[in-house]
Amino acid sequence: MAEIPHLLVHEHDDNVGVVVVEGLTAGTDMLVCVTHDNSTFRLTSGMDVPIGHKIALKDFKEGDTAIKYGEDIGKIIADIAKGDHVHTHNCKTKRW
Amino acid sequence: MASKFSNLTVKGYRRENGRVGVRNHVVILPVDDISNAACEAVANNVKGTMALPHAYGRLQFGEDLELHFRTMIGTGANPNVAAVVVIGIEPGWTKRIADGIRATGKPVSEFSIEQKGDFETIRAASWAAKEYVHWATELQREECSISELWVSTKCGESDTTTGLGSCPTVGNMYDKLLPEGIYGFFGETSEITGAEHICQKRAINEEVGERWYKMWKAYQDDVIFAHQTDDLSDSQPTKGNIEGGLTTIEEKALGNLEKIGRTSQYIDILEPAEMPASGNGLYFMDSSSAAAECVTLMAAGGAVIHTFPTGQGNVVGNPIVPVIKITANPRTVRTMSEHVDVDVSGILRREMTIDEAGDELIEMICRTANGRNTAAEALGHREFSMTKLYRSA
Repeated sequence: MAEIPHLLVHEHDDNVGVVVVEGLTAGTDMLVCVTHDNSTFRLTSGMDVPIGHKIALKDFKEGDTAIKYGEDIGKIIADIAKGDHVHTHNCKTKRW
Repeated sequence: MASKFSNLTVKGYRRENGRVGVRNHVVILPVDDISNAACEAVANNVKGTMALPHAYGRLQFGEDLELHFRTMIGTGANPNVAAVVVIGIEPGWTKRIADGIRATGKPVSEFSIEQKGDFETIRAASWAAKEYVHWATELQREECSISELWVSTKCGESDTTTGLGSCPTVGNMYDKLLPEGIYGFFGETSEITGAEHICQKRAINEEVGERWYKMWKAYQDDVIFAHQTDDLSDSQPTKGNIEGGLTTIEEKALGNLEKIGRTSQYIDILEPAEMPASGNGLYFMDSSSAAAECVTLMAAGGAVIHTFPTGQGNVVGNPIVPVIKITANPRTVRTMSEHVDVDVSGILRREMTIDEAGDELIEMICRTANGRNTAAEALGHREFSMTKLYRSA
């Protein structure tokens, strides 16, 4: 891959991806790679998001489920716009 | 079926019971907390020995006491240990631990402090330790098949890059080396929560899967639900996990489980610090996710090399087992490279495949088995942390 991806997504069913570069700023035209088959697409980041943190691949409504690895990783507790940061302020465990 | 890994050999120490070790420690082992000082004095007197001070061993009872004995005996019995001097306050439990280690056939001497005092005990134990150092340092490494290694795994200070890179690297290693006949260990019971439906299906058969689920459920009910005061945010995931971008236990668990690869299946379940008895293959050990505790338990179970994926940079080591650190996080490589043995950050840049990363880890396992000191060894990380189940009597 000539261009280094900004965001990695495990599976095609996932609705969040992981920032894998340092210093990602809002408005970046990100190269997104789905690691399952190395297919790519582009998405614009809506915020500055640190390396390792997640970005929404779609608009979320409160009560939605975050999907990563093709699996349920928790409930969305506040609306999130596509391209914005997904973390503990807007996503919570369904377990403990 | 022969693979490119079938002919790999390492230079290890063949112990009396046939097992292969990759280190050659002479250990001064305290039975209890109040014998730490004597053990440390012996280790100070005799260079080339190592004391393993710890916090417990008095007035424990029931299952907690059995775990204490298993951990002590398993640590001394580990093939990375050539010989052991055991020191306890009184002779009864001291003999029980010494005899347990002695069953491997390795040299063991035992000393108890009551009726003698520290000075006399240290004098006598130092003579024994010195003889063991002379003897152990003349032992020679010999060629052994890679299939004879027992390799454990547990990740720490995980983040989202561990699930993308370093954990799948370990999983790829297991997918390649378990068919060659190695023993593998994974665990971290609470950290499967959110992926338990997947983990149960990775058992060799339904019966083992059912037993696994019962064990996982008991940890949920008896440990987590019995003691929780909140949703465990800040504890599981940890503050460090959250800093690294992990949001929920479900997300952390799915990344954690990447360590058993795509094809590997576990063949049995172990109590904490229990030695495998069902032949070669992968085992799940019921264990905490705290790094030092988990590595200590797996070392007591007999693992001779530990593979440790980290995201944010856990610095843990173990006194008797080399801990190989693997990270895919480029920031951690940039800021904490002295702790990193295998850099797989190329996976995130899509410059390295998981298959290539697995091969690099296998190469590092061989080099470590042959004697290369890991980053944790070079930096003196010797965390020896006993797991305690409940308060003492």
